[in-house]
Amino acid sequence: MAATISTKLPMLRRFSQVLFASFGSVGSKKCLHGFLSPLTCPSCQQNRLFRTSNGPLRHGDYEHQDPKSEDEIVNITYVMKDGERIPIRGKVGDNVMYLAHRYEIPVEGACEASLACCTCHVYVHDDYSDRIQEATEEEEDMLDMAPFLRVSSRLSCQITLSKELEGIEVTLPQATRNFYVDGHVPEPH
Amino acid sequence: MDAKTGYVAGRLALTGVLFRISGKTAAVQFHTKKHLCETVFKSSQRWFCNASAPGPGMLHRWFCRTSTPGPSRWLSRTSTPGQLRWFCQTSTPGPHVCIVGSGPAGFYTAQHILKNHKTARVDIYEKLPVPFGLVRFGVAPDHPEVKNVINTFTNTAANDRCSFLGNVTVGRDVTVAELRQAYDAVIMSYGADADKEFGIPGENLPGVYSARSFVGWYNGLPEDKHLAPMLDTETAVVLGQGNVALDVARILLTPLSIIKKTDITDHAAAALENSQVKTVYIVGRRGPLQTAFTIKELREMTKLPDCRSVLDPADFAGLQDKVKSLQRPRKRLTELLIKTAQTGGATAQETQRLSQATKEWGLKFLRSPLEILPTEDGSRVSGIRLGMNKLEGSDSSARAISTGETEVLSCGLVLRSIGYKSVPIDDTVPFDSQKGVIPNTAGRVTGCKGLYCSGWVRRGPTGVILTTMTDGFETGKAVVDDLTTGILQPLDGVRGQERIQPLLQKKGIQAVTFEDWNKIDSEETTRGEKVGKPREKIIEVKEMLEVALS
Repeated sequence: MAATISTKLPMLRRFSQVLFASFGSVGSKKCLHGFLSPLTCPSCQQNRLFRTSNGPLRHGDYEHQDPKSEDEIVNITYVMKDGERIPIRGKVGDNVMYLAHRYEIPVEGACEASLACCTCHVYVHDDYSDRIQEATEEEEDMLDMAPFLRVSSRLSCQITLSKELEGIEVTLPQATRNFYVDGHVPEPH
Repeated sequence: MDAKTGYVAGRLALTGVLFRISGKTAAVQFHTKKHLCETVFKSSQRWFCNASAPGPGMLHRWFCRTSTPGPSRWLSRTSTPGQLRWFCQTSTPGPHVCIVGSGPAGFYTAQHILKNHKTARVDIYEKLPVPFGLVRFGVAPDHPEVKNVINTFTNTAANDRCSFLGNVTVGRDVTVAELRQAYDAVIMSYGADADKEFGIPGENLPGVYSARSFVGWYNGLPEDKHLAPMLDTETAVVLGQGNVALDVARILLTPLSIIKKTDITDHAAAALENSQVKTVYIVGRRGPLQTAFTIKELREMTKLPDCRSVLDPADFAGLQDKVKSLQRPRKRLTELLIKTAQTGGATAQETQRLSQATKEWGLKFLRSPLEILPTEDGSRVSGIRLGMNKLEGSDSSARAISTGETEVLSCGLVLRSIGYKSVPIDDTVPFDSQKGVIPNTAGRVTGCKGLYCSGWVRRGPTGVILTTMTDGFETGKAVVDDLTTGILQPLDGVRGQERIQPLLQKKGIQAVTFEDWNKIDSEETTRGEKVGKPREKIIEVKEMLEVALS
């Protein structure tokens, strides 16, 4: 039945994923060192002196919690590179990259939201470009290395959902890693 | 596992447990065939594991590894009681893949294969007892966020079908030919161990080091721990203008109070405490538009506490107009360089503070080293004779042509940072000495079926972890394609680790598993906590093995 859901009914697939995600994540989320919470794990608490991920909970724990009330809901749509639109009900304070990870949207995040890579690169819909927080210099430095860069490019790990961003749309680029080391972009064929 | 095998295995396990409890040597009672090891179980867990053996076709095989390796392990007693470690491997049918090298290239290739091939087993070999390659030994101590990829790698290693075998030097402990007989696919991802040299007179004088060794020295690479660079000089020169050059300059100039709190090695922090280096020049043979470093690292240099940036505005004359037509990354980088040259990279308020700075760094362009000059008694370097260049062509393809003029730059420390270089691992693997890579097409080694390569040994030693990720995935795809289309002939007989472990045992090599690495990891973290650092790296291989195999 799961197979049918996954393959035959794409809309239902997302819906069932959301359902299973909310059941599956209760109580079993451990940090990578095996502690139940990054807050109690000494290795996770090692000071990242120079950069930390957003918020008190790390590694996307917050994004795995469901919204507690309708007031918290912020709707976001992820648009795949083939055009498939995936609407997600996020909440205020969610990190767009970790939220994508929760729902298995193929956004990578090699450096785990610490502004040391450009693999979480997305394009933000024009209507929201002025509502969104401006990119810091460090974010722009990292965006320099992203292939298929556009004016609307942002790093999704630096976007936090708020009520102002209700209905925001982010599009995944063709690739987040360059095929060629020297920056050459292959022509579509 | 059918009922009978399950019963026999369960009975043996119970016997083993009972004998262990009773203090007798269990190995003597172990009558089944020799096997191979993967997951470590305590004996009580073994019993439960057997009881819950899943599915048909899965055979749990038990192997006992005592602390004295060698053919007498069957009857040898452990040197300390309770040292018996039981291993179990489920031999599901599936191809066996071997990866040589456990840096980013190795792990990303493994990740791709495990994700896209449902039965392949991946074994990652590493010559040191610790994994992760340059992520551990190359990334600067003050860039801990770049090391976050270790979490991804740890997840890959935790996969049931993935094994880590540290402390095994391919080419010496086991040959590539032996690996190719044991594995369906062998992937070379051992990176670049050597560095490029100029070949100029004086390059071997005391005080001249490769940036690669310097980085290895402060990052705890065992082979570089005795480097003892001579930091008792006011001026240091770094030859080369890439990110590694900026890294070493930054480490030389960062205030000790910041460096001390990173995972830099103890001996390096102590040496830097007594360092007299005040000025660092970073010299490149071409111009500002050909620098190889990236903007993030350059920005860090301009923001170094207690340090002034000294760039000559004349170097950037005429570039203001050219900048507009450049691609975004190069444009922003050049704009930052120009701004730094004009204002020292500071606002009016900061200029006051910077005039009191005790250290400085600068960039010198269009200069190539011709000779490294010794002091009068020849005991160390005293300076470099640099030839001045002019550029022919433009952008990244510009070439440096000598003008014939020279100048001398005095210094007491020279760091050569013109690129890393791979070395051939074995006579049987083709190697292009000119380019310093293994000849290949899309990751498949030319002329050798079943042999692949990924990472720096495939493309050459440039690029950040991100580029290696793409590369690793590409080779992984080639391997998965070849495995599924059946191009590779399946091997007969015993395959994978089972075939290699006896060879290692004969030579007295004990492979370090990923669990063993976790012990080293927690030991380093504990030691680091005591001194207020994220970790205190263990820099002796012997000590690593002691901790790992305890």
